[in-house]
Amino acid sequence: MTLPPALVAPVDLAPLWLIERAARTIFSGVLRAHPDLFERLGEYRQTRYLFCPSDLPLNFLVVPAAKTVHVSRKAQRPVSDACIEGPLVLLLGLMEGRCDADALFFSRELSVTGDMEAMLALRNALDDSAIDLPDEIGSLAGPLAPLVAGAARYVRKRALEGRDATWS
Amino acid sequence: MELICPAGTPSAFREAVDAGADAVYCGFRDETNARNFPGLNFSRPELKDSIGYARKRGVQTFVALNTFMRAGHEQLWYEAADDAVALGADALILADFGLMAYVADKYPDQRLHVSVQASASNRDAIQFLVEAFGAKRVVLPRILTVQDIARLTRQIACEVEVFAFGGLCVMAEGRCSLSSYATGKSPNMNGVCSPASHVKYRRDGDTMVSELGAYTINRFGPDEASGYPTLCKGRFEIGETHGYAFEDPVSLDVVDHIDALREAGVSALKIEGRQRGKAYVAEVVSSLKKALSAEPAERSALVARLRAMSEGQRTTSGAYDKRWR
Repeated sequence: MTLPPALVAPVDLAPLWLIERAARTIFSGVLRAHPDLFERLGEYRQTRYLFCPSDLPLNFLVVPAAKTVHVSRKAQRPVSDACIEGPLVLLLGLMEGRCDADALFFSRELSVTGDMEAMLALRNALDDSAIDLPDEIGSLAGPLAPLVAGAARYVRKRALEGRDATWS
Repeated sequence: MELICPAGTPSAFREAVDAGADAVYCGFRDETNARNFPGLNFSRPELKDSIGYARKRGVQTFVALNTFMRAGHEQLWYEAADDAVALGADALILADFGLMAYVADKYPDQRLHVSVQASASNRDAIQFLVEAFGAKRVVLPRILTVQDIARLTRQIACEVEVFAFGGLCVMAEGRCSLSSYATGKSPNMNGVCSPASHVKYRRDGDTMVSELGAYTINRFGPDEASGYPTLCKGRFEIGETHGYAFEDPVSLDVVDHIDALREAGVSALKIEGRQRGKAYVAEVVSSLKKALSAEPAERSALVARLRAMSEGQRTTSGAYDKRWR
């Protein structure tokens, strides 16, 4: 599933600093809640990982050790050590371990370039971390947390319908 | 027949247990393990917790110490065996005869399984391991037919485990040096076939090119399902021909042969895939568990969904029903 144009258009217009701030807040929350992710990443926490959602006009450069996320427009592709490209919902599904990375690679829905050791380390670390993005996003919404997390969970269910495995 | 399931991380381990595994196999995060990939495998505390989780649910844990000891560095393997025994592993899966001798001597009550990496695939080799080290089970390579397996099980005094689903290694495992020629690293010594440090993917227009070391392994067209960057599944120009020299990018699936394997005397079916994610593990284990208790006619439908998750998005029964030409 790719993002509908109606969702992409506002992203194209939104200021980068705002998107970056939102992405950093979620990323910081994930790192706080899952310190095991760092341990499993080992030496690859210094790696510059580039996430390129193929249906979004943005790139996300993440350096776990520095706890930074830089957002750039599609045309300005930053230098990175390892890069993964695919539809946003599948990238998020991978982040939660809901989709199998190898299966998406075989089906050509994902492509990877750069340092493959670093990419494997990230995939394995994420897969073991039991990240729940609706929970992470909900935790930012204060008293509205249950509502926001519930809405995010509904969107995830619809977006990954038939794509996520039956894991517990 | 038991269902032996893979786990590369504690999360995948729990998924395998919850999905119906009879036993889960896993390994330490070092070169004692033939799946020594970055970010994968278990620390000692993680293994302890996982064994506890499995035991509470009546599931066994097998620890794979299935690489070959490096001369002068045997202590790494001995300590791994000591720790696995102390943590309560139900069986150790070993390949190195020296390590088998160490475990048999120091822990005579510890259940010992012969890894596929040991490449023991004939009566005399297996019987030697049974008599010398008290091996209770042998994992056979994926190069035997069901008839070969049936003949073998009648002649040996230990249980037989065979691969039923997942990555298809077409070589006599433990004896394959293809990766070493291309990268200088051997799967049996450093624990990785096609080490990620030597793998590169690049785009060439619409084509995805996979490379291992200095060698181009494959070029996948825009609508073509891809495979792992292993030389045995590479596409090459050989003389006037252009194609797969050994095997296509394809995974193993012998669900159609479950009854024949049972009749052949097989005790356990193994799912390959410690390098795969928990989503894959959960899906494959639950599907195969259902298939094991289903009527033969229903089995194919139960595992059909797994094809999309497989290498090249295709499966084969490989050598199990090979019609030799």
